[in-house]
Amino acid sequence: MVIVKAVAVTGGLGVICGSLLAFAAKLFHIDTDQRIIDVRNALPGANCGACGYPGCDGLAEAIASGNAPVTACPVASSQAHEVIAEIMGTSAEDTEKKVAHVLCLGCDSLASKKYEHQGVKTCKAAAAIQGGNKSCNKGCLGFGDCVDVCAFDAIEIVDGIAVIDKEKCTACGMCIEECPKAVIEYVPYKNNVIVGCNNRDFGKAVKDVCKIGCIGCKICERNCEFDAIHVKENLAKVDYDKCTHCMVCVEKCPTKVIEGAITEKKQAM
Amino acid sequence: MELVSLFITSFIVNNIIFMQFLGACPFLGVSKKIDTAAGMGIAVIFVITLASVITFIVHHAVLVNLGLEYLQTIVFILIIASLVQFVEMFLKKSAPGLYQALGIFLPLITTNCAVLGVAINNIVYEYEFIPSLVYSIGTSAGFLLAIVLFAGVRDKVDNADLPESLKGSAISLITAGLMSVAFLGFSGLQL
Repeated sequence: MVIVKAVAVTGGLGVICGSLLAFAAKLFHIDTDQRIIDVRNALPGANCGACGYPGCDGLAEAIASGNAPVTACPVASSQAHEVIAEIMGTSAEDTEKKVAHVLCLGCDSLASKKYEHQGVKTCKAAAAIQGGNKSCNKGCLGFGDCVDVCAFDAIEIVDGIAVIDKEKCTACGMCIEECPKAVIEYVPYKNNVIVGCNNRDFGKAVKDVCKIGCIGCKICERNCEFDAIHVKENLAKVDYDKCTHCMVCVEKCPTKVIEGAITEKKQAM
Repeated sequence: MELVSLFITSFIVNNIIFMQFLGACPFLGVSKKIDTAAGMGIAVIFVITLASVITFIVHHAVLVNLGLEYLQTIVFILIIASLVQFVEMFLKKSAPGLYQALGIFLPLITTNCAVLGVAINNIVYEYEFIPSLVYSIGTSAGFLLAIVLFAGVRDKVDNADLPESLKGSAISLITAGLMSVAFLGFSGLQL
């Protein structure tokens, strides 16, 4: 008899709770955008967070509301990207692929040091002391905080500065968030001409601390036929939409701070 | 006065994490950043208070009357799980802002043993309704205190120069242990 009572109570409570929930689900129903559900189903569902959103649900919402590109999921295959693009009514090629890039070329042999860093070997710790051990206050410190957060093994420290492999980069943005010097930026994947400097000081100040820094001399600006490079606050910036990869600026730059393979010149033309 | 002393006792002296070792899973899992830790703590206060009220009523109205006290654990789990689900739906509809803030933590709390622990302790200690409510709020506020303090310490420890073998969970557990020892200092507090 006791067992019947026990089963009745637990079962009864279960039924009551269940039906209350079912009722509540109807009562508190919210019309979610069908596209969010579709996009969510097309995503891998790994909830890895590599896209920078809290799980696949978060990304699906961002894609559906247009805040994230349809190719924002670095894990999904290109087919999945196409499916998502179809749901959103665009094509996957429409959205330009971006990659993270370190805007600093001041490797150990070119950039001078303020002091010898003896403490914890992380950029965060070094940046807390006088903005880091590099004389240049804007440059890459090269302790590799970004290497540690990169889930795709795309970053390497080469001769004291971080270098991002653009083939492996998925533009997840983890390194950009992690870098205490804010020296990492998104650039279009297709673009090869990038000014590898982040220092907005006057030419002399830059020259004193780094042999390869941008001194804001405007030679690139004057020589560009396409109005695609401009010096603002003593720092040249390439207008990635206008750049035709003619490589004139790369050749003319006196400090060679503009990255770009000269050999690619003909292909690009 | 008794209620104040009950609150302080459950809040600090018998802190649920440092003294009773309940709810250690979210304590270690969601304490990497202070703001997420605070979000989790507030969600726990919310759920524990609601859950203890409802389990108190169900226990005294149903289980005691039918002489089925031994079903406590399973019935409480059933109630807590449905309650969390219900609260999640309710918040999503009526308080989207709060849902955004607590949303991802709510499902995690379903399986948080601190919630069940408080509900059962209320019965074990034979509290009346009001003291049980105070006990629940005090305990869950203790959880908030513990997790926020811990997140703050962890933030610093993460940037410290640690031996390779201590990095990550190892140092977190050691830190938690030391904080627990520190909280032992409150144990002689008489109110």
